[in-house]
Amino acid sequence: MEYLNILFSETYKILFLLLPVLVSVAMIVWLDRRIWAFVQKRKGPNVVGPFGLLQSLADALKYIFKEIIIPASSNKIIFILAPIVTMTLALVAWAVIPFSEDFVLADINVGILYIFAISSLGVYGIIMGGWASNSKYPFLGSIRSAAQMVSYEVSIGVIIINVLLCVGSLNLGDIVLAQENIWFVVPLFPMFVIFFISALAETNRPPFDLPEAEAELVSGYQTEYSGMMYAMFWLGEYANILLMCALGSILFLGGWLSPLDIFPFTMVPDPLWLVIKIIFLFILFALVKAIVPRYRYDQLMRLGWKVFLPISLIWVVLTSGYLLYFDLLPKS
Amino acid sequence: MPAHAFFFYIFSLIAIVSAIMVTASKNTVHSVFFLILDFISISCLFILIGAEFLGMIMLIVYVGAVAVLFLFVVMMLNVAQQKNQWFGAASGSKHIPVGMIVSLIIFFELLIVIGGWKLKPDLSNDFINLPTTNITNTHSIGNVLYTDYIHLFQLSGMILLVAMIGAIVLTFRQRSGLKKQSYIRQISREKNDGVELVDVKNKEGVKIDV
Repeated sequence: MEYLNILFSETYKILFLLLPVLVSVAMIVWLDRRIWAFVQKRKGPNVVGPFGLLQSLADALKYIFKEIIIPASSNKIIFILAPIVTMTLALVAWAVIPFSEDFVLADINVGILYIFAISSLGVYGIIMGGWASNSKYPFLGSIRSAAQMVSYEVSIGVIIINVLLCVGSLNLGDIVLAQENIWFVVPLFPMFVIFFISALAETNRPPFDLPEAEAELVSGYQTEYSGMMYAMFWLGEYANILLMCALGSILFLGGWLSPLDIFPFTMVPDPLWLVIKIIFLFILFALVKAIVPRYRYDQLMRLGWKVFLPISLIWVVLTSGYLLYFDLLPKS
Repeated sequence: MPAHAFFFYIFSLIAIVSAIMVTASKNTVHSVFFLILDFISISCLFILIGAEFLGMIMLIVYVGAVAVLFLFVVMMLNVAQQKNQWFGAASGSKHIPVGMIVSLIIFFELLIVIGGWKLKPDLSNDFINLPTTNITNTHSIGNVLYTDYIHLFQLSGMILLVAMIGAIVLTFRQRSGLKKQSYIRQISREKNDGVELVDVKNKEGVKIDV
């Protein structure tokens, strides 16, 4: 009986976390399209609901009622599993994101490693989708995407090491609390820039959206998908983008901490600060999408391996040298 | 704790079944997917016994990097079409003795390890000082890895570096007659050197691409 009680309370907590995430994914799609439109002097989706806010819900409804077409020559089980894997992994990672000091679903010791592991699993949804479709464009798209995500994960890992050197703990809450005096975006600003660009590549956002590259690959690994399964890929992608924004704000922008500890800022509740920072980072993501043209594939690989990886490795040496010399290393 | 045991049996069942399916499944790509499932359930088992750092590293390294490369190779070489006929086919029976020898060796190794552990369960305490304070296991691994075992750690790093350089040397080949793109030249190209206004003489034309 006791286990059942625990089960119910945990399920309640999970729903309480996941529903806002799903709703905000829908809203963020709308925000993305609006910003994109404004940069190009268009209006964007503005018909359904106030300011077009309900556009994503209308789209979702449309997707639900569309027919799911499974290609005859595809590998059916893996074909169906792929969007499920993408979606599940994108949502599972939210379990460890701390919204305030005690408002976190699972306060585990290795939170940052958990997020890193889950985001490195994300590539499987894409590979499975591309391979199971049994068609040229999806396969090329998924191979590209796998290479891209593995490459940029390396530099994200090294950047995380930089932050961990300053914190001395793998717990996400500790990482935020270590930034009470100064946000890590100030001393580690180059790392923040590289993290931001790597996050764009990791989530297959423009200018690194080569897996989809509609000009050459139709729409990459999603080509054969339709209806709700396509929508699940889409939702998973945007949930991943939000997750990367959350990770960026926790690692560099002080998570739930307010920028200044004075009156008008202290009025705002902690979780709201995190949400504001996530939205700020997402607006940057959307602006980049609207402004920057797509990279060539060899340039993308060169950027990851020959520019970002050496710079972030050198920065690890610099950071640890600085911390060691001035005796600032965190004591456990 | 019944819930703990419940999850342990679920994960170990998944691990064993997927390990069998790695060898038994007909399609090579399916084998790799089962291998990934096996890695994931093993790392769940690690987390269940409280070794969360090992579990996560297992996920990141094996599932996030090694298995992706596995999948890459299997998909690119198109071995998916080859049917795996090790089971049941008469022609494949020559693999069975080798497999039997390897599995016998592994079986005896397991027997020795588990037998020794049953015989003297507290033997390991004699030469490993387990920390009594409640520090996280990330800290405790770091404490021994970078102090007592630093030379072994560095040595394994060197071995990996040598292996990496070896792989690069093996696959590197200098091809002649390639047109290479220089990023510096592409980016630093100005309007003035790109466009030229030429007076074309009648019936002579201009010579371009000199």
